[in-house]
Amino acid sequence: MKLNTLTLKEAIEKLQHKEISLPELYRDVNDAIADNNSKLNIYLTLDNTALAEVEKQFSKPLAGVPIAVKDNFLTKGMRTTASSNVLKDFIPPFDATVVTRLKQAGGVVVGKTNMDAWAHGSSTETSAFGPTKNPRNPEYLPGGSSGGSAAAVAADLCIVAIGSETAGSIRQPSSWCGVVGLKPTYGRVSRAGVVAMASSTDSPGPIGKTVEDCATVLNFIVGKDKYDATTSEIPILDFRRNLKRGVKGLRIGICYTDHEKLKGSDAAKAVTEAGKVFERLGASVDLVPVSEKLQKGHIFDPNFAIAVYTVVQRSEVSSNLARYDGIRYDQGRSFFGDEAKRRIMLGTFTLSKGYAEQYYVTAQKVRSLYIQNYQELFGAYDLLIAPTSPGYAQKLGATKDNPMYGELEDILLEPSSISGLPGINVPCYRDPKTNLYIGLNIMANYWQEESMIVAAYAFEQEVKL
Amino acid sequence: MPATKTKKFTSEDVHKIAKLANIPITTREEASLAEGFNTTMKVVDTLFSIDVKGVVPTSQVTGLENVFREDEIDGERQFTQDQALANAPRKHNGYFVVDQILEDD
Repeated sequence: MKLNTLTLKEAIEKLQHKEISLPELYRDVNDAIADNNSKLNIYLTLDNTALAEVEKQFSKPLAGVPIAVKDNFLTKGMRTTASSNVLKDFIPPFDATVVTRLKQAGGVVVGKTNMDAWAHGSSTETSAFGPTKNPRNPEYLPGGSSGGSAAAVAADLCIVAIGSETAGSIRQPSSWCGVVGLKPTYGRVSRAGVVAMASSTDSPGPIGKTVEDCATVLNFIVGKDKYDATTSEIPILDFRRNLKRGVKGLRIGICYTDHEKLKGSDAAKAVTEAGKVFERLGASVDLVPVSEKLQKGHIFDPNFAIAVYTVVQRSEVSSNLARYDGIRYDQGRSFFGDEAKRRIMLGTFTLSKGYAEQYYVTAQKVRSLYIQNYQELFGAYDLLIAPTSPGYAQKLGATKDNPMYGELEDILLEPSSISGLPGINVPCYRDPKTNLYIGLNIMANYWQEESMIVAAYAFEQEVKL
Repeated sequence: MPATKTKKFTSEDVHKIAKLANIPITTREEASLAEGFNTTMKVVDTLFSIDVKGVVPTSQVTGLENVFREDEIDGERQFTQDQALANAPRKHNGYFVVDQILEDD
C-alpha cells in the first residue's frame, strides 16, 4: 500500500505506533507528486524542508504529516502567489495564523496549491499559472477557487489540505473532486495572513479524505486570534467528541431539489436519495420548498443571492486589492488578470458616489433577508441539506466567455455563505461512466459545526463510495 | 424605492472607472469590458424586484461589536527595515521608491 493514500487518522496512528516512519511517508508522497504534479498542475510551489526538520514535528498531535495549503495563505519564506502574476515572486515575511497553528500542532506545509487568481472563480481557470485538472478525470475541471487543494486530496498528493471559501470555494471543488470540504462559520477561523478577497465572508477551512480528518484539522485551526478582530471567543470543543452520535431524532430539511434549474437532475436525485438515507438512520426529513418571495417554511430563491454576492464581493475586492500598487509587493496593477480587473472595476463602480446607495446598500438589505430566512428555518430544522453544485465537474475550458461563470456554479452555496453559516461537502454519488461526483452540502446554524460533522460522518459511513 | 433603471455601460464609463480603480486597460478592452459588465448587471438588477422597505442592511454576521485591543507595540510582529523592503521592486537607500505625484515647480 502506498502511504500517500492514507487518511490523516490512519497516518497519525501508524506513525505513532511506529508501523510506518516519516521518511517512508514522505517518500511515497513525494513520489506521487513527482509522478502527477506536472500532469495535473496542483502545486505551484513545493517545500524543500529537510526531513530532519519534519521529524522535529513527530511528537506533536499531527505527527509531522504533509499538508497542502492553498496559495493565498502566507507562508514565511515560501513563495505565495494567490495564483496571480502580481505576486509571482512574493516571499511572505510571516505565516498566516492558520499556518502557524498547523505548524504548532505538528503539521508540515508540503506545498502551495493552485487556485483561481485571488480566489476569483470556481474553476482554477483564472489562475495565471494554468488550470488544475481534476484527478478523478483529467478532462474535467477541479472546481475552485480551492481547486488545487481539493485535487491534492483527491490525487493523494498530501494527507490533508487547507482551502478558503468566500462563497463555495471549499465546498464546490470538494464536490467536483469527490472529497470532503468543510466551511466553518464566518469568524470561527482566523483570516489573518490570508490574501484578502471578500473580507465579510472569507472563511478558511479543511479539505480531507474523510469527515473525521476535516474535524481533526478544524480542532487545531479554530479560535480567537488577536490578529483578526472578527474571530469569536466562543469556547472550542473537540469537534470529534460526538462523531458517532448519529442523526436519530434530528430534523433535516432538503433544499433546492425542486428549483427550476435542478428538476430531474442527477444532483437533485442524489440529494433526494441522501434524504432517504438520513430517514433510514432515524432523522425526520422534509422538503423545504423554494420560494421567490420570503415566506415561512420556504427557502428563499438562491437566484437573488448571486446578485447580492456579486455586488458585495466586487465591492470588497475593489477595496482589498487597492493595496497591490507595485510599491510594497512585487508587481504593479498592469499584472492583474482579466477576471481580477473586471471585479476590481465593477466593485469600484458599485461603491462609487451616486451608485453605492442603489447597489451596495440594496444588496446588503437583501443579504439581511437571507439571514432572516435561515434563522426562521433553523427554528424548525437542525440541519439543511442540498446539492453542493448543480451538477458534476465541467470540462476544461468551460469558463471561456462567461463573466458570471463562478456565480452560476456556486448558486446553491452563495445564500449560506453571505449569511456566514457553516457547511460541509460530503461525496454523495459517483457516476461510474465518468468517475465524477455529486456532492451533498450539509448546512447548520451559526457555530453548530459539530452537528453537521455528526450528520456528515453518519452519511459517509452509510454510503461508501 | 431605489432606482430600478438598468445601468448601461459604455466604453466611456469603463474608461472612467478604470481610471478611478487605477487599472491600466487598452481602448480595445473598454468595449468588451462594457459588454461583460452589462451581462453582469442584468443579474444584479434582480435585486430591485425584491421589497426591502424597512430592512436593515447587513453590516456584519458575527454579532461582535467594538472589538478593541491594547494600544501597545506587538514585539512578535515587527519587521526589520530589510524585511519590510524585501518584496519591493524598487528601493533606494532603505526606502520604498514611489512614482512622482506632484508636478515640478
